Amino acid sequence: MSLDRVARERLVRALAGSVIEHADELTSLDQAIGDGDHGLNMKRGFEAVLATLPGLADKSLPEMLKAIGMTLVMKVGGASGPLVGTFFMELGKALPERPSRADLVAATEKAIDAVKARGRSEAGQKTLLDVLVPVHGVLAGGGDAKAIATEAAQAADRTTPMLAIRGRASFLGERSIGHMDPGSRSASLLIGAAVETLEFEVNT
Amino acid sequence: MSSLRPGNVGIVIVSHSPKIAEGAADMVRQMVGEAVPLAWTGGDVDGGLGTNVAGILEAIETAWSPAGVAILVDLGGAETNSEMAVEMLPEDRRARVLVCNAPVVEGAVIAATESSGGSSLAAVKRSAEEFYA
Repeated sequence: MSLDRVARERLVRALAGSVIEHADELTSLDQAIGDGDHGLNMKRGFEAVLATLPGLADKSLPEMLKAIGMTLVMKVGGASGPLVGTFFMELGKALPERPSRADLVAATEKAIDAVKARGRSEAGQKTLLDVLVPVHGVLAGGGDAKAIATEAAQAADRTTPMLAIRGRASFLGERSIGHMDPGSRSASLLIGAAVETLEFEVNT
Repeated sequence: MSSLRPGNVGIVIVSHSPKIAEGAADMVRQMVGEAVPLAWTGGDVDGGLGTNVAGILEAIETAWSPAGVAILVDLGGAETNSEMAVEMLPEDRRARVLVCNAPVVEGAVIAATESSGGSSLAAVKRSAEEFYA
């Protein structure tokens, strides 16, 4: 996979757009079981990322991902800043400029491990890991863009009946059951936007 | 956001609410005066409730002491952002900054009191964490 400058900018705009367009939905999910700031925080973070264009897309893919991660860490403001930011930063560190599918599988695994360490969490605790981990499984198993996007959306849905163990929602105990995890939803939006853009790149 | 006496462990207070962070810092000052380097930070980058890494890095710089810095935090995001900030410090400073697992107001007052007596960073952290343990 090789992304030229135009493709890199398209990827950034798709990632940012997916979160910004759904900011209100993310906020209402977070109002149900968190502190209600997830939509605003992610929107602020990705608006800050957009503000670093066009220079951002001049960077190589790894450098661009690291820069996105750093901006998110500095601007998002909630726990999701370091978590999502760490994912992008570690992905950038682990990916070569022209990654193969195997490179992508290995790099996302490293990035997921870094998110686990940052949040001292594992899959099954009603966090973004409940999307990242199963999606990585589909990616590693050879799934195509559609399979990955479908798994991301379904994995986010599967957090609804889960009991929150980490994060603000864990304060609610059993009352966290019955609501989708906002961090899982934003992760699935980002993954959906990424694979849609990348598939477009592969097909054109 | 002031600081003094570089020999004692510095205290950084991180809350989602700038009012809580500032109020806790006022309580610390009342206990220990200018005997410990002290800084507080609170709020997201737009001034709403939240915490931000840049603000935490600035507070660590303000409260910096060769003896180290103890950070007191309130809820989850404050802890995650503080840990992120510590990792972004220059390598020689990273091991000398610890995030305490203690209530933010009580922990800050106890930690500062311990620091004002010249205790080590490890002792300051322990005191803050033992208070409610």
